[in-house]
Amino acid sequence: MEKLFGSQPFVEEVKLKSHQPVDLCYQCQKCASGCSLLRYADYTPNQILRLVQLGQKKKVLQSSMIWLCTGCEICGARCPNGIKMAEVMDALKEIAIAENVIKEKNIQTFNEVFLDTVKSKGRIHELSMMSVYKLKSKDLFSDIDLGLKLFLKGKMPLLGKKVKARKQIKEIFNRSLDKKRRENFDRCHV
Amino acid sequence: MDLSYYPGCSLESSAKEFDHSALAVGRTLGINFIELKDWSCCGATSAHGTNHLLAAALPSRNIAIAQEIGLDLAVPCAACYGRLKRADHILRNDQCQRKELEEIADFKYSGKVNVMSLLETFSTRVDPKEITQCIKKPLEGLKAACYYGCLLVRPPEVTCFDNPENPQSMDKLIKLTGAEPVRWSYKTDCCGANLSLTSSQTVVKMVTRLLDMAEEAGAQALVTACPLCQMNLESRRGSRTNMPVFFFTELLGLAMGLNESSKWISKHIVDPLPLLRSLSLVD
Repeated sequence: MEKLFGSQPFVEEVKLKSHQPVDLCYQCQKCASGCSLLRYADYTPNQILRLVQLGQKKKVLQSSMIWLCTGCEICGARCPNGIKMAEVMDALKEIAIAENVIKEKNIQTFNEVFLDTVKSKGRIHELSMMSVYKLKSKDLFSDIDLGLKLFLKGKMPLLGKKVKARKQIKEIFNRSLDKKRRENFDRCHV
Repeated sequence: MDLSYYPGCSLESSAKEFDHSALAVGRTLGINFIELKDWSCCGATSAHGTNHLLAAALPSRNIAIAQEIGLDLAVPCAACYGRLKRADHILRNDQCQRKELEEIADFKYSGKVNVMSLLETFSTRVDPKEITQCIKKPLEGLKAACYYGCLLVRPPEVTCFDNPENPQSMDKLIKLTGAEPVRWSYKTDCCGANLSLTSSQTVVKMVTRLLDMAEEAGAQALVTACPLCQMNLESRRGSRTNMPVFFFTELLGLAMGLNESSKWISKHIVDPLPLLRSLSLVD
């Protein structure tokens, strides 16, 4: 049976990464009332916060909600305690990635492909990025009709523009991935 | 008036009509939008969903470029605006995080450049009388639901623009075109954003709800200021409705009688011509 007041470090880890006062949530559910994804997810935002407060790391990291959150910020704009729930969801995604617990694999695959494209070209070339994503997610045929429509309307250029300062962008990526730098950035609020 | 311009990746491809109409309307109003030299991707949702340091560092590079030019920065895409504005907010308010970002992006933050969405630019930097003077073919009879989406007005302490629950800036601009902005309650409900690419059926349900509610409010068209919202509203919908989805700059351009507006209209996935013809707003 999982301990009711689970491991303290998880809630502290979430507070540090998200810079949000997670302890202040008193379950008013204003976030849930406005959440656009509510009916499509397994937990409501306030439930995720409650699970975080109670140290239920496994349940939280294995949820779909943290991945489905679009970051629309309706919750954060309404929270009477100023908790930016979308920032908490982002922090939970980062922790999930670090622990390799990825419930919604397509979303993570998409993010990886997107960022790889930015790292190598500096900008997104929609056609090539979507092609790589479709191959990696093994979802080859959906949206072919949409892609064709966009192409015929001149909105899906075959070649993308490359940024000249690609070296600088690669350096930005490398520096941002550095563990020490990420820790320093998080600790700015401690 | 000269302003720096950060088009973002979608305006070079799937939202070309937003780019073209924004530049054309800007020209007509005497705004010279100067594209940022060698700008790079803001990181969009994928960066902030993966690494929040990277998510602040990528836009910081573009802020550094804008600083070199010294002009305020107009950003058409709501997602790009969200990321750039948030990075600027961190750089402006958090000394410790600013130092880290300055090191990563190799620059010194001056805080002299204001980051604005395109909607904010046309709402706050242009006198409404100037817009009215440019209106040659008022869009009378057109009832439009202004759809702001999420990132133009949220988080409110970052954007500091318009009302996050019931924004009015786009409604006011649309009214100036002669069209009637309808009152409806779904102005800032999320369209599903980039779940469109990974969980498209969820987005179909979200978009269908938005379209149904716009129709219930009496709208004949939707108006947006975000490339991804516009794409989702056009292409992730049930088959029930033919409601077209405009960019607000397209309606401004149409009402200004700009000849190139026919080129933008022809780029839509959901053809707006039948509606425009029925209201005698185009030939």
